[in-house]
Amino acid sequence: MKLDLITSLYVFMLAAFIGFEVIRRVSPLLHTPLMSLTNALDAIAVVGAIVLAGEHKMGADPKNTMAAVLGTIAIVAATSNIVGGFIITDRMLKMFKSSGPKKP
Amino acid sequence: MNNLMGADTLIEITYLIASALFVLSLKWLSSPATARRGVFAGEAGMALAIAGTLLHKGIVDFRFIAIALVLGTVIGIPLGKVAMTAVPQRTALSHAFGALCVTLVGTAEFYLRAPDITPFMMGVLSMEVILGSLTLTGSLMAAGKLQEVLPQRPITYKGQNFVNLGLLAISIIIAGILVVHPEDMYLFPAMIIIPLIFGVMMIIPIGGADMPTVISLLNSYAGLSAAAMGFVLGSKLLIIAGALDGASGFILSVNMSKAMNRSFSNVLFGAFGQEQPKAAAGEQEARSVKSATPEEAAGILAAASKVVIVPGYGMAVAQAQHKVREMYDLLTKKGVEVTFGIHPVAGRMPGHMNVLLAEADIPYDKLLEMDQVNGDLPQTDVALVIGANDVTNPAARTDASSPIFGMPILDVDKARTVMVIKRSMAAGFAGIDNPLYYLDNTLMLFGDAKNFVGGIVRELSGGDSHG
Repeated sequence: MKLDLITSLYVFMLAAFIGFEVIRRVSPLLHTPLMSLTNALDAIAVVGAIVLAGEHKMGADPKNTMAAVLGTIAIVAATSNIVGGFIITDRMLKMFKSSGPKKP
Repeated sequence: MNNLMGADTLIEITYLIASALFVLSLKWLSSPATARRGVFAGEAGMALAIAGTLLHKGIVDFRFIAIALVLGTVIGIPLGKVAMTAVPQRTALSHAFGALCVTLVGTAEFYLRAPDITPFMMGVLSMEVILGSLTLTGSLMAAGKLQEVLPQRPITYKGQNFVNLGLLAISIIIAGILVVHPEDMYLFPAMIIIPLIFGVMMIIPIGGADMPTVISLLNSYAGLSAAAMGFVLGSKLLIIAGALDGASGFILSVNMSKAMNRSFSNVLFGAFGQEQPKAAAGEQEARSVKSATPEEAAGILAAASKVVIVPGYGMAVAQAQHKVREMYDLLTKKGVEVTFGIHPVAGRMPGHMNVLLAEADIPYDKLLEMDQVNGDLPQTDVALVIGANDVTNPAARTDASSPIFGMPILDVDKARTVMVIKRSMAAGFAGIDNPLYYLDNTLMLFGDAKNFVGGIVRELSGGDSHG
């Protein structure tokens, strides 16, 4: 599943344009949850770390051991971002209430 | 063979769906009404992508993956449950974790592949580890300053910009050498260590008031480094997620810089603190200010028909948001129209004040942006400033010699009466004197924000029971 350079650049360019258009529309009211949500999504880097940690067995070959160790630490870091990021984003969004129909 | 092809295609399809869900997630975040659906879409995409990855045929050892996923979850849960006032440092910390992940994977990929690396691959790999390393230490420094375990005061020294730019230039030169000669593997550690040092040096001169811009910038770097990792691993999903995060951080950084009327380079290389010594001392002792008690303040507020409250970092420090909410309730009950004016850089990260006020149950349609509020202020009876300073300083409009001249501010001085809750007459974070405090229509309310608002609340509710 290797991509060639040009395809990668196309994907990056299109995603960046979509990102700009979508995120420009996010109300400043929600800029803190925006940051914590994008941070959680960014932690999708965990998929790279999983493959790295899984493909290399710890053992005799120092290169493989290094890859497995670094990959494992990377999974821990990314997973804590995923879990923490989603929890706190949802907690924040739950607090935003309109003064409209239901008032306590 | 067929079977293997099938698994690969299935993995790619989960990534494709995850990418779509990520974009939808951000799209739904645009309004509070649909925002929680956005979080759900993000979670679904994430779960799908991780499940798909575990099908990867090359994975030979699941034990450490399982342990790492559990450990990450154990660390992540408390990080998701921090108090709302701690959100800025939590955010900085999570940028550091993201950058750590990216840097470690980049390092492993380099040693697995070198010296057999194409120039393009080495270029993006260098970008990945340079951005990752500097974001790692930079974010840790920012988190430390926000958590107040490190001195918050900007630290500046002669030749600082020269040192910082020099460190950055050296990292880029090393990257250049490695692109041409990937066999010079001994250079690689330097390409990590020097940006790590740069990250620290970059944040040393940053003061609290600049934190919103810096956190946004670090957010952007974290996203770009993840996108670079996507290039290295050939993962479209990662390129997309990184590009979205990078775009988000970039937009926020531009917003924050505009709201401070400063350029990126000025934030990073222009430490505000340097301007302090001249502005602070002297003359202001001579000028007189008027002050008022909670009783008087409550009387003025109760007699008003339109009140705008301008919160700042001081409100967060004093944890006054819940008392503010009680005051809001009492005033609203009396028929006073109360809204909140939120400056984009109020607090320590973008949107910080909105989250604190929402936590205190203030309806979000009362939280207005700067432009909306500035239109209203001339018709406002009372502008109540709680723990904000520089964002209300009229010198930004009038005094060309002021360091904040040109910065868009909330024009509270145009309201009929201005009341400012402040601990003392000490200058604000930027160390700039605020002429607002000496205006004829300004009343200073000296005291801790929480106690003072509490006093106003007591007075307002007392008045209720009498009448």
